[in-house]
Amino acid sequence: MAVFFFLLASILTVWGLYVGFFVAPTDFQQGESYRIIFIHVPAAWMSMLIYLIMSFWAAIGLIMNTRLSSMMAHALAPTGALMTFIALWTGAFWGRPTWGAWWVWDARLTSELILLFLYIGYMALRASIEDPRRADRASAILALVGIVNVPIIYFSVQWWNTLHQGASVSLTKSPSMATSMLTGMLVMALAFWMYSIAVSLIRVRRIIRDREANAAWLSDSSGVQ
Amino acid sequence: MYKAFIFILRKELLLALRQKTDVVTVLFFFLIVSSLFPFAVGPDLNTLKIIGPGVVWVGALLCSLLALHRVFETDFSDGSLEYLVLSGEPLTVLVLAKIGSHWLITGLPVVIVAPLIGLQFGLSAGSLSLLLITLLLGTPVLSLMGSIGAALTLGVRGGAALTSILILPFYVPVLIFGAGAVVADLQGLSIEGHLSILIAMLCLSVALVPIAVANAIKIALE
Repeated sequence: MAVFFFLLASILTVWGLYVGFFVAPTDFQQGESYRIIFIHVPAAWMSMLIYLIMSFWAAIGLIMNTRLSSMMAHALAPTGALMTFIALWTGAFWGRPTWGAWWVWDARLTSELILLFLYIGYMALRASIEDPRRADRASAILALVGIVNVPIIYFSVQWWNTLHQGASVSLTKSPSMATSMLTGMLVMALAFWMYSIAVSLIRVRRIIRDREANAAWLSDSSGVQ
Repeated sequence: MYKAFIFILRKELLLALRQKTDVVTVLFFFLIVSSLFPFAVGPDLNTLKIIGPGVVWVGALLCSLLALHRVFETDFSDGSLEYLVLSGEPLTVLVLAKIGSHWLITGLPVVIVAPLIGLQFGLSAGSLSLLLITLLLGTPVLSLMGSIGAALTLGVRGGAALTSILILPFYVPVLIFGAGAVVADLQGLSIEGHLSILIAMLCLSVALVPIAVANAIKIALE
């Protein structure tokens, strides 16, 4: 399964980057530097979405007392942190030529940074508790408390009048950008989806192996993928 | 229920009165941290006036963080936390009493001393009273959010450092709106929005945090 998603991710990335770098027209205001959005926007979307999915699985694990969902939440956290980091990093690269600063203390940037801290806190808490079941449940509580941050990031550009521009894409209005730009961005978003799914699946497999190392079913089928 | 709440509150306050060093240390920490800034930034009163509210707020935040490990850790290590869980009283109420006493012991003294620090930064009487109001609204939120971190890291190695990593993201909004209100007032802007958000955060955290903390304690004691 993971290989399939990886393949899909690579194909979509190639396609998306091709559309983004060669087909999409140059922006009349920002010149070529806007092309970073083909990585920035999908990463920012994923950073929030993965947090929601992670909290969802963590909550299921907490409420239903299931082990696999907690492992899934565990597997998603590093990918989410990576996406948050990419979003911040590419944003800094874009901000330097456009705003003239690497970093601005703007509501969206700040709340995205807080999201990164939340991911780090989640992973740190999990890493420092020895008993995996206790780690599952303690980190689930943390993830659920942190969920308040996601709507704040998402709506920060509407609630505060900030430097970071509002969304150019929405489900209800027609997008305010060229079609090829939109295609590139959506294809890249799909590619990031596939990558996240692939990596999380591989990671969750490792976690299962790690935690269930003594289980009979695992030792029987250790040669089979 | 009320009896248990009052009982725990009294017990904690009595303990704090018997061991005054805890309270005094936090206060001195607050004074020292905020007095460090004029040394670092320079004694220019105009600069100090601008950073004053922020410095007082950061000081209050660090004090709250410094004292967090005391909320549950001693009760956890001597086993009395288990009795609280087993007592049959609703754990959320007991937890709220513990957090409330933590605020009374470490939060309230800081709020009372804060205007003194504000004076050192050349804040006007209006700013000082506003600072007092925002701290009164905000420091309970700090105690509440912080206790989640304290409960999650009970008995975990590296607990104190871990607590600050877990909790600082949740402290940031309180800091932004708390210090932001005073700065906005200095610039002649309306502060109603800031205060409303602080009050909203206080109401939400009083209602929801005890549930999270009670669950975290149960997980820690399993």
